[in-house]
Amino acid sequence: MAFSAAAGLSGGAFADPDEDQLTINGEIEIVTETAAPEHLEYVDTIYSGWRFRSDETQAVQMDDFDNPGMIFVEAAMETWDTVEGTEGKSCASCHNDVETMAGVRAVYPKYVEAAGEVRTLEHQINGCREERMGAEPYKYTSGDMVAMVGLISMVSRGLPVNVQIDGPAQSTWEKGKEIYYTRYGQLELSCANCHEDNYGNMIRADHLSQGQINGFPTYRLKNTKLNSVHARFKGCVRDTMAHTFKPGGPEFTALELYVASRGNGLSVEGPSVRN
Amino acid sequence: MRNLVTGAAVCAVIATVAAAEVVAPTEVVFEDGAVATSLTGTAGDIENGATLMNKGAGNCIACHQVSALSNLPFHGEVGPTLDGVADRWSEAELRGIVANAKMMFDGTMMPSFYKTEGFIRLGDAYTGNAHEGEVAPLLTAQEVEDVVAYLMTLKEE
Ligand code: HEC
Ligand code: HEC
Ligand code: HEC
Repeated sequence: MAFSAAAGLSGGAFADPDEDQLTINGEIEIVTETAAPEHLEYVDTIYSGWRFRSDETQAVQMDDFDNPGMIFVEAAMETWDTVEGTEGKSCASCHNDVETMAGVRAVYPKYVEAAGEVRTLEHQINGCREERMGAEPYKYTSGDMVAMVGLISMVSRGLPVNVQIDGPAQSTWEKGKEIYYTRYGQLELSCANCHEDNYGNMIRADHLSQGQINGFPTYRLKNTKLNSVHARFKGCVRDTMAHTFKPGGPEFTALELYVASRGNGLSVEGPSVRN
Repeated sequence: MRNLVTGAAVCAVIATVAAAEVVAPTEVVFEDGAVATSLTGTAGDIENGATLMNKGAGNCIACHQVSALSNLPFHGEVGPTLDGVADRWSEAELRGIVANAKMMFDGTMMPSFYKTEGFIRLGDAYTGNAHEGEVAPLLTAQEVEDVVAYLMTLKEE
């Protein structure tokens, strides 16, 4: 009768992702598998969610002409040059070409000295809109916001995720880690139950991945739009029959930093395609 | 949503009055993870048990493969197959596992189906909102009995 939890969970790590390799547009090499960062205690190898999707879904992401997420990114490219707000400025007024944002996605969320806290890309975008442009902030998970995040992600594709977890970011990172391992809701499930103990396994019709966020924003075939990190977190927490946290709030910001750090070493992939 | 939940709570109260011997979720006695006596005193309905394996609050095949239910699509791989489970476990043990698997398997991922306390950030079903008011277990006492009755049919020997 002395069954341990490990007996039931041990299946997890043995069911592997597939062997496919990802190169976008025949030129951008994407690291979808690499050694886990040192801070991960229970996982040796990390994989992009792309490796858990079907060949058909994978193919849609391999060429920007096929990737429907790019339609939203193109719209954001126009927004980049569009003057908004009381200061008569566009993003381009201060940041020039969007290519100047290369590398930014890879290090967010990060501790921002001026703000005295860890901020997400979304927070920074709204910071510029409100404080520097005199424009209305975007709603945190709105279409405009996720498209802009998609654009800023795109210019970092292929670069390794590398968020900082020590120094001033450490306490936020630890808070995120605690959330990751807490079993919420009436189903009492943690992120780790599904994405650490059972990646590779089927849960009903879904092939569980490691729940990495290097591919965000993700274009989902299911809802035919770009989806933000916090919207996905919200969905996963809701599915445990729990009271979710607020997108953009301190809990999901901490969780995003922690989950991003679990993917340190994978390539920035967004906007990616998932089912 | 609120109406549905309140309605269910009222029904539960009526049921409790009608069948006085229903064991409340907080009163279940576990012995080495097993629950010796029926939660309702009414024999389980095998057919309803089979339905609960697939749909609604049970959804057991989200995590378990069951060959006898191979007509239904998408069986999960998170837990062990339940084929032959009645050869491995007694009725009392199966009742304990379904009511609260954490009493049998320390720290298991399997949800506790007949439990109403001790949750963190309990939600209002799948809305993502906070839960208010009385908590209903995932399965009613009779539904636990129905599922156990179905599991007792899963024999290979
Ligand atoms: C009036 C000037 C100005 C405008 C207009 C402006 N920004 Fe900024 N932005 C800044 C400054 C200054 C910083 C902080 C210094 C830095 O990191 O470049 C910054 C920082 C950022 C960062 C964080 C960069 C990093 O490396 O950490 C992002 C992302 C960003 N801006 C996006 C936008 C977007 C998107 C828009 C338009 C919706 C915009 N900004 C409009 C001046 C501006
Ligand atoms: C009950 C199981 C379950 C739990 C608990 C759960 N998830 Fe998920 N999650 C899924 C499923 C199923 C998918 C879709 C398939 C996949 O990519 O794994 C998914 C997808 C994701 C994705 C998208 C991955 C990609 O490549 O697009 C992220 C990110 C994610 N989850 C993060 C989390 C976090 C963070 C938590 C905890 C707050 C969590 N999940 C809790 C089941 C779960
Ligand atoms: C979220 C996943 C999940 C769900 C849903 C779930 N189980 Fe389980 N179940 C497990 C895991 C994991 C184990 C293995 C126990 C352990 O952790 O060691 C298990 C073990 C069992 C066992 C013991 C099997 C054996 O042969 O040892 C039985 C019986 C069982 N579950 C029945 C059910 C029934 C009936 C339902 C639905 C009412 C259900 N389970 C729903 C995950 C689940």
